[in-house]
Amino acid sequence: MATGTHGATQETAVRTNVLVRALIYSILIVFAVYYLLPLYVMLVNSVKPLDEIRQGNMMAFPQLFTLDPWRSAWSTAQIGVQPTGLKPYFINSVLMVIPAVAISTLLGALNGYVLTKWKFRGDGLVFGLLLFACFIPFQIVLIPMARILGLIGLAGSTPGLVLVHVVYGLGFTTLFFRNYYDAFPTELIRAAQIDGAGFFRIFWRILLPSSGPIIVVTVIWQFTNIWNDFLFGASFSDVDSQPVTIALNNLVSSSTGVKEYNVHFAGAILAALPTLIVYIVSGRYFVRGLMAGAVKG
Amino acid sequence: MKLSKLMATSALVGGLALFSAATYAAEEVEVLHWWTSGGEASALNVLKQDLEKAGVGWQDMPVAGGGGEQAMTALRARVTAGNPPTAVQMLGFDITDWAKQGVVADLNDLAAKEGWDAVVPPALQAFSKYDGKWIAAPVNVHSTNWVWANKEIFDKLGLKQPTTWDELIAALDKIKAAGYTAVAHGGQPWQEATIFDAVVMSTGGPEFYKKAFIDLDSSALNSDTMVQAFDRMAKLRTYVDDNFSGRDWNLASAMVIKGEAGVQFMGDWAKGEFLNAGKVPGKDFLCFRFPGTQGDVTFNSDQFVMFKVGDDRRAAQEKLASAIMSPSFQIAFNKVKGSVPARTDVDGSELDACGQQGMKDLAEASKNGTLFGSMAHGHAAPAAVKVATYDVITAHFNGEMDSKTAAAELAKAVEGAKQ
Amino acid sequence: MSVSQGMPVAADRAPIGRTSHTMEWLQRALPKIVLAPSFAVILVVVYGFIIFTGVLSFTDSKILPSFNWVGWENYTKLWGFRNWITALQNLAIFGSLYILLCSAIGLFLAILIDQKIRIEGALRPIYLYPMALSFIVTGTAWKWFLDPGIGLEHTMHLWGWESFHFTWIKDGKMAIYCIVIAAIWQSSGFVMAMFLAGLRGIDNEIVKAAQIDGASNFNLYRRIIIPILRPAFLSVFVVLAHLAIKSYDLVIALTNGGPGRATEMPATFMYSYTFTRNEMGIGASSAVIMLMMIASVIVPYLYSELRGGKR
Repeated sequence: MATGTHGATQETAVRTNVLVRALIYSILIVFAVYYLLPLYVMLVNSVKPLDEIRQGNMMAFPQLFTLDPWRSAWSTAQIGVQPTGLKPYFINSVLMVIPAVAISTLLGALNGYVLTKWKFRGDGLVFGLLLFACFIPFQIVLIPMARILGLIGLAGSTPGLVLVHVVYGLGFTTLFFRNYYDAFPTELIRAAQIDGAGFFRIFWRILLPSSGPIIVVTVIWQFTNIWNDFLFGASFSDVDSQPVTIALNNLVSSSTGVKEYNVHFAGAILAALPTLIVYIVSGRYFVRGLMAGAVKG
Repeated sequence: MKLSKLMATSALVGGLALFSAATYAAEEVEVLHWWTSGGEASALNVLKQDLEKAGVGWQDMPVAGGGGEQAMTALRARVTAGNPPTAVQMLGFDITDWAKQGVVADLNDLAAKEGWDAVVPPALQAFSKYDGKWIAAPVNVHSTNWVWANKEIFDKLGLKQPTTWDELIAALDKIKAAGYTAVAHGGQPWQEATIFDAVVMSTGGPEFYKKAFIDLDSSALNSDTMVQAFDRMAKLRTYVDDNFSGRDWNLASAMVIKGEAGVQFMGDWAKGEFLNAGKVPGKDFLCFRFPGTQGDVTFNSDQFVMFKVGDDRRAAQEKLASAIMSPSFQIAFNKVKGSVPARTDVDGSELDACGQQGMKDLAEASKNGTLFGSMAHGHAAPAAVKVATYDVITAHFNGEMDSKTAAAELAKAVEGAKQ
Repeated sequence: MSVSQGMPVAADRAPIGRTSHTMEWLQRALPKIVLAPSFAVILVVVYGFIIFTGVLSFTDSKILPSFNWVGWENYTKLWGFRNWITALQNLAIFGSLYILLCSAIGLFLAILIDQKIRIEGALRPIYLYPMALSFIVTGTAWKWFLDPGIGLEHTMHLWGWESFHFTWIKDGKMAIYCIVIAAIWQSSGFVMAMFLAGLRGIDNEIVKAAQIDGASNFNLYRRIIIPILRPAFLSVFVVLAHLAIKSYDLVIALTNGGPGRATEMPATFMYSYTFTRNEMGIGASSAVIMLMMIASVIVPYLYSELRGGKR
């Protein structure tokens, strides 16, 4: 079923003449400029020497092209007392984001599977309660969460951060998979059961292989949210587990001293690179995945 | 259920812990601070190296943002988790607030051995000590009632250092008439409050300052003198350029450095910006006290508060405190930071002209009893009161209310935030 | 009806295995066992913590939680604060503009992109990427851009348009609209993707039938396509509404609540009282109000969602 809608492309398109098409294209391009503007400003100014930024036009191309700000942001900029650049923090983020995304996606898939294919009395309420978790303001959980992390000995560690991100990501991952599996024909599951397949076997062999699009959506969603998180990272991390967003903030919002805007912009782009790549590479699958379930009712 | 889930998660991520877990050396300190870049970070690096020479490792825990706001949030999480850092950079009443929670260490033995009581000004000790116990090691003293002026503009217009409010206004008028921005200002609540500190001190004198901001006396807060102080703020507002709001203070300093603006009212950390730009005090720029506050000093002081840690980390903690208080570090650090040492017995001849004057003023004010904590920087009243006064000062400065209303609102806001 | 779907089948399987009673029970309970840990954890870390916050809102907690009961004092104080009222007003302005414009722009772009656009593959990531960036990253760029001294206004002057005037971010009354502009920049592409997904999911037969009937393009969208997108609208609304109520880093990065306190929002208010003003009790009471606002948006949605689920 999931494939049925994919094949048909853009049949909702209306019949139009050349003039209208030209108008459509120009509107779309104007919007593209609006979306690209901040990135352009960051990019252009990250390859200018500081003096040129201070005196010049922020929209202008660099007169003197330099990659020094990038080198500095990556490996030599002063962050805290160490001139390490963003590199070590980048690695911390990777170590945090990969298990957190993997675990929360897997749990979301299992939860969605149970909630749609193994219904029980009160499943609606359970789902509702899980879903509401997406919407709480995270500031309120900082103090009690810190206490719990301290009690279980995960305070200030990467596993602690992974745990927090998994827990608060469950609502969304469950939502995505539940909506997706809801449309998956239950007959297939029954047929498999009659053939003697158990709970996990059905999941691994039947549901998971056809979950491609929704896994993409979930992974993109979780990856960007966790990678970009600042609040949890600032509160629950330690010397060896500070993620890159914290380091970037340390780099750009120092209280005194010369503001090296070019280094700040280079650092900002570096810190955003993984999420940017994820979006650009998988943008197509993202819409497809949304189509296949995430936006339904 | 919860436990099994947690255990499962822990097991899954356990492998990672092997990669990221710290290998704790025998002696280590973990320091939470927000001096995350530029000169202050390298100044702190001096401390790190001093400690490493003494065989103590330094675990750096920088969290920047908003004058330590993010760092305080992180600290709360750490303390709640039962995993406090060894030492935390802190300001003013935050220190006292944390001391009340019973989570800070007692440094009395070390302080007695090194004689801190004799060398640290009593006004600072009010924060470094709680309940008779030393809990923090002060690094520096900033004074906030400074004026930074572009000497070239002053020379060109034939201006002298103003010493009274009227002279200041006359000077600002001339600068404005000559086509410069008279006052370089960044429109952030704390910057407006910094100016307000000086204006109140200048308008009402040290007694009034103390009554209003330290004793939080309603009759002083809602008085004619306070209305006059607000009027003066409104007057200063007319010398600011249109583009001031939200500007960082260092960009305002840059305006004076580049000769676009005449003066900036800012604490002595601004000096670092001038020095970094290769400017020389007395030759390229002038530093003098806010007119009408000569002899008085409003200060803030960065201190490292020592938290209660296990006995195994205690020795390293004491070494850290001792290193912070050592005269050589105090000089090395403050040369970079623009402030003056927290101990009055060190030789200041290595400091520049402004720094030396700062040391002299500090010692004098401390002797005369005119050394007061800065309201704007949380050294006059607790955070809740501080921010409540910010609200009123900023609202008034941005033209949301007149001076009379502002004084009444100020008294009301302070009353509401007082504990 | 829900009972008829899954469980009984599992029960049917048991005799084939001819296993012990325990195994049978395990087979039956397995789905619940799989779900239970997530549920239990959420109960504690979401609902437990909400209750904890609720309790704190009635105490005199300052720097760390305390349990000194003070009744409704924090709430009465809260409603007396100018800042809190400003924050609510700003949320009303921001929330309505943000949700309305984001949906409108998102839908508009989705419809345009759906017109067999050749460069769709290039445009889509461009529209989507702002969602991928944190405001810690783009905040500086936007601040620059909106700043009259170095940003757009300055650039226009350099390009010879001397009379160009754009100082909203410095103006207490207009600064909130700057936040709206940046917020729309961040989320409208994502909304576009959601609508696009909705459009692509529409059955072609319906559209063709309408076209054969001679419906004009405008009417086709107004009468047929947009009504079909109703579920997408609902999802978009929920996503945007909760982003609006929770908007925090955006405000911090762009204006930090300024000029003055003109762009204070409930989330920044709550954070500042809890963590910088050491008034945890008041912070908690504002959090409770925020939770109630969020619940008033989400619970009806959840309710209809779950009822809709039981076809």
